[in-house]
Amino acid sequence: MTILGTRLSKWAVVAIAATIPLSACGGQQATDPEPTASGATSSSASAPAEGGSSATGTDPETFSVQTANENPALREQLDALAADQCKAENDALPLEHLTVAQADTVQKVTLLASQDALPAHTIAGTAMVRPDGDLGAGGLIVNLEESMGATGALDHVLPAVVSTENNVYGGLVSMPYQYNIEGIWYNKQIFADNGIEEPATWDDLMAAGEALKAAGVTPMTQAGAAGWPLTRLMGMYIVRNAGPDAMVKVRDGQAKLTDPEYVAGAQALADLASAGYLGEGFSTRDMDQSQNLFLTGEAAMTYDGSWFLGAVNDPDRNTVGAENVGFMPFPAVDGGAGSIDHYPANAGAPMVFSSKAYGPKVDAWVSCIAENYGQQAMQSAGIISGFKVNGEVTDVSPNTLEIQERIEGIEETVLWFEALFDPKSNSLASSNVTLLATGQMSAEDYMKALQDSIDANR
Amino acid sequence: MNSIFGDRKTIFILLGPALLLYTGLKIVPVLWSFGLSFFEGNTLRGFEFVGWDNFAAFFADPAAIQSVKVSVGFAVVATIGQVTLGYLLALLYVFGLRRGSSLVRTIVFFPAILPTVAIALLFKSFVAVGQNQGPVNDIINFFGGESVEVLASTSGTMITAIAMTLWTSMGFYAILLYAGLLDIPDEVLESARIDGANGWQLVRYIVLPLSLPILMSSIIFSLNATLKVFDSLLALNNGGPGTSTAPLTLYMYRTAFEYAEYGYGSTIALVLTMLSLVFTLAIFKSSRKRVEE
Repeated sequence: MTILGTRLSKWAVVAIAATIPLSACGGQQATDPEPTASGATSSSASAPAEGGSSATGTDPETFSVQTANENPALREQLDALAADQCKAENDALPLEHLTVAQADTVQKVTLLASQDALPAHTIAGTAMVRPDGDLGAGGLIVNLEESMGATGALDHVLPAVVSTENNVYGGLVSMPYQYNIEGIWYNKQIFADNGIEEPATWDDLMAAGEALKAAGVTPMTQAGAAGWPLTRLMGMYIVRNAGPDAMVKVRDGQAKLTDPEYVAGAQALADLASAGYLGEGFSTRDMDQSQNLFLTGEAAMTYDGSWFLGAVNDPDRNTVGAENVGFMPFPAVDGGAGSIDHYPANAGAPMVFSSKAYGPKVDAWVSCIAENYGQQAMQSAGIISGFKVNGEVTDVSPNTLEIQERIEGIEETVLWFEALFDPKSNSLASSNVTLLATGQMSAEDYMKALQDSIDANR
Repeated sequence: MNSIFGDRKTIFILLGPALLLYTGLKIVPVLWSFGLSFFEGNTLRGFEFVGWDNFAAFFADPAAIQSVKVSVGFAVVATIGQVTLGYLLALLYVFGLRRGSSLVRTIVFFPAILPTVAIALLFKSFVAVGQNQGPVNDIINFFGGESVEVLASTSGTMITAIAMTLWTSMGFYAILLYAGLLDIPDEVLESARIDGANGWQLVRYIVLPLSLPILMSSIIFSLNATLKVFDSLLALNNGGPGTSTAPLTLYMYRTAFEYAEYGYGSTIALVLTMLSLVFTLAIFKSSRKRVEE
């Protein structure tokens, strides 16, 4: 008798050991391998129908809207519209909410689209909705510039939004339920106490960092654990240095991330971090911790989007007082080709319409949302959207109004660092940036790894 | 009884439903996934046959090779650690604490039932720096040292992950090995003692050889579980800093579900399967040799 038992049991163990990892991946892929996009109506071929409607498909039974689980605000605003301003549209086609975890968006939308089961209105991945993306190339989503143009609903969309969506998605395909600009939020009191003016250039910012650090204040807090709060600083330096079209040139192969003006951006971030201006433990700091450092007056600055207004306007979280919080654009780089007036902007996660389900009733919903969402969201939740605010809003905080005014004055927006990257390079940019900022990877190596990934995924 | 199990029809009726379910839920997806390794694309774009391209890409992909190193390194260190600690604990239960060991067994086993994400958050806060500094850095500060950003470095993250894994799983392996040690007949131990064997000699020449089968099973269990490590490294530091602690499973997940490259994702799964197979066979081979010696 052998101690280890029979041959049979040996192979049974081997077989079990072997199947587990395979089935972990295989179990979720048992779907139709055939492409199903061929029969879809192309959005670019859609023509306005008679009577001002631009329907390209057949109305579903309900106005099914799939949103990110993490974004209850959008569902609340749509519910409010359905009960009030869009009651008629809701009676004709009742609103129905579906949710998906934001991280599972690409997977779920891909699956639904391949089964011809896309909701009428759904969240999607950025790369999917571009003209060469899975949804865009298959003509599965509606080009809103055409459909809203036909009904006149486009008049309710801010011009800056059209510019931003063209930059990011290659066309107006997403409802701009959010419109965010980004910049540096600063503590006016701390700046005044230390005799610091709003830094107009990167060198001024570094000098301010030195003064603040000497005064015992964390100069700037960023949520390094998330990755992107760090790449944003680098990306903005590059845009100020190499010009507003810096990232478009990289996408089009006219420039490489290993070119000196791009590497300088990575170096600037590494220098900022190594000087200690991001404070202790920045690489593992999460978003809540980072925001709280700023809102409790421990840190003097933070680079963040206008979505940060929600926290700034919340007296429970913001103990320094909303009146002490200022917003400034990312500073210029001496001798750089970019302008301080070019704000990075985004319209949140894409919210697109399925072209097959885009019937006249859905079209009516779109017109109603476009006309009323801006005012509704601003009034009830202080949310800045990409829709015009039609009508009066009351009791809005001065900070929110200031951002809203800035947005209305913007003509040209720029892209954030990873906006045009493929998903793999996007992920690499965020994951490697902690190595760069903690000095474990040089600026040249960081950019080379990223450029190699972009080239490999072209 | 013999006549029932001798009847082919009975065997078929008894095994059939379970076999059918197993085939449908396990074997078919596995074969499906295997087939997908030769394709590229996703359900929306459609799939294109690419032959062995995905395999060639795997071996030329530095991120994939890095993930293999992380998975194998983690598996080897964690296995040595958890089986050794488990074995020492089992010896303690049997020979040290004897009948009074049940409370200690329960306490040491307890972390095994906690969710990995909760444990990862716990360990994350142990080593935290900055405003919410954890006890590890408090102790370092107490002795006059500077705070260390443990999770900012690859080695720091790995050490934390290993410590976390050992803390969680040593109780489980201790119970497994304890059951094996209980099987050793008291007479054998007694006669060895009469022959003058001291404590160490007893373990080396009696306990270890007699518990070898259960020890081998533990090593195989442990290697297969740790080769497929996913949640602890994801929850602890998201496979970071960078991708330096991203195991093969995390790379497979990201490739298939974040980058929507199902074919390449399946290829990575296949490589992971082969790794598990090779490790399992290697352990079997070496254990057979030892037994035959």
